Amino acid sequence: MVMITSEEVYSLLSVIPDPEIPVITIDELGILRNVKLLDSSYQITITPTYSGCPAMQMIENQIKEILSSKGIENFNIKTSYSPAWTTDWLSAEAKEKLRKYGISPPHTTAEFVSFIQCPNCNSFNTEVISEFGSTSCKALYRCNDCKEAFDYFKSI
Amino acid sequence: MTKQEALFIYLLRQADNALILGHRLSEWSSNAPILEEDLALTNIALDHLGRAQALYKYAAEVEGTGRTEDDLVYKRAERQYRNILLVELPNGDFAMTIARQFFISTFELMFLEELAKSKDEILSGLGAKCIKEVKYHWRHSYDWLLRLGDGTDESHARMQTAVNELWMYTGEMFEQDEVEKDLIQANIACDTSALKEKWIAKVTNALTEATLTTPPIGYNQTGGRNGVHSENLGFILAELQYLPRAYPDATW
Repeated sequence: MVMITSEEVYSLLSVIPDPEIPVITIDELGILRNVKLLDSSYQITITPTYSGCPAMQMIENQIKEILSSKGIENFNIKTSYSPAWTTDWLSAEAKEKLRKYGISPPHTTAEFVSFIQCPNCNSFNTEVISEFGSTSCKALYRCNDCKEAFDYFKSI
Repeated sequence: MTKQEALFIYLLRQADNALILGHRLSEWSSNAPILEEDLALTNIALDHLGRAQALYKYAAEVEGTGRTEDDLVYKRAERQYRNILLVELPNGDFAMTIARQFFISTFELMFLEELAKSKDEILSGLGAKCIKEVKYHWRHSYDWLLRLGDGTDESHARMQTAVNELWMYTGEMFEQDEVEKDLIQANIACDTSALKEKWIAKVTNALTEATLTTPPIGYNQTGGRNGVHSENLGFILAELQYLPRAYPDATW
């Protein structure tokens, strides 16, 4: 049985890209909450962005795959709903990665923002097309200047 | 009834509401009036399915007989389902779906806010999580309610018909029986009867804003919470449970 520290397990898993937004990892998104060593077994806690997030199964499979490839079999994956996931967990660097990828990043939940910035031309002259987009975590916007439609990562 | 039995039924009632409403909303996939609505209604469906999954998982744990969340969904008959009648009604036209969603989202906003204060950590966690999603659901149906109610003669007439037809199914959301009573005492369940007045006020405000008339409070059609359903649920389950019933224990 391979035994490494729970911090090492965390860093092995922290590189897993989000299945739907591959430019950021499950660590940067805040889906990977923590790894604890309990009774010589690693307990890995993950939390869904939205309660129906269909990527969770794939993330679990990727966790299993990585740990198995390292010869680690003594682990279990726990899905937790509390504290509720929030976009406030995204760091400034993660938000910048989203913007470069073409997704307007979320503002912090405490801040009141009436205009969403276009990730292509930086204009604030944008309008909402639909508050529900291609995935649970995104809304659909349109830029009135460069005329591009874009995704906005909803602030929740 | 033990506290464990009561909690199991309480969880099933909520899980069944979320599952059946999610199923109904998913029927709009590729059938909505515009592409954005396809996305919106199926996103809302997905949030409900996710909530249902978490609740069934917890219900299975509380029951402790070895049944899994899949068993609860796929191996219960119609009379064992405990959802309210409102969620199993057919989608009807778009106005009917919007009216149903508006009534339910308004209720869920208030219900989940209370549930987030539950002494049961799993329920309070789910309440705090799901309310974030329901705020979006509420705005969506409220916007459409205004747009259709205060729209053309035809959209106004359809919206008013939908409100009138669904009205007698809304009372069941606030029903309580011995299952809830002890759980409310223990600060686990939400006292829904206390939400009714607030709900009526909020709904009446929105209907007035949408130039619609609020129907008078009268007779309520109920029974679903105790397993007495309309014929609609049978058709939903026939579709939902077909595969595991035709091929028991099939796996990928």
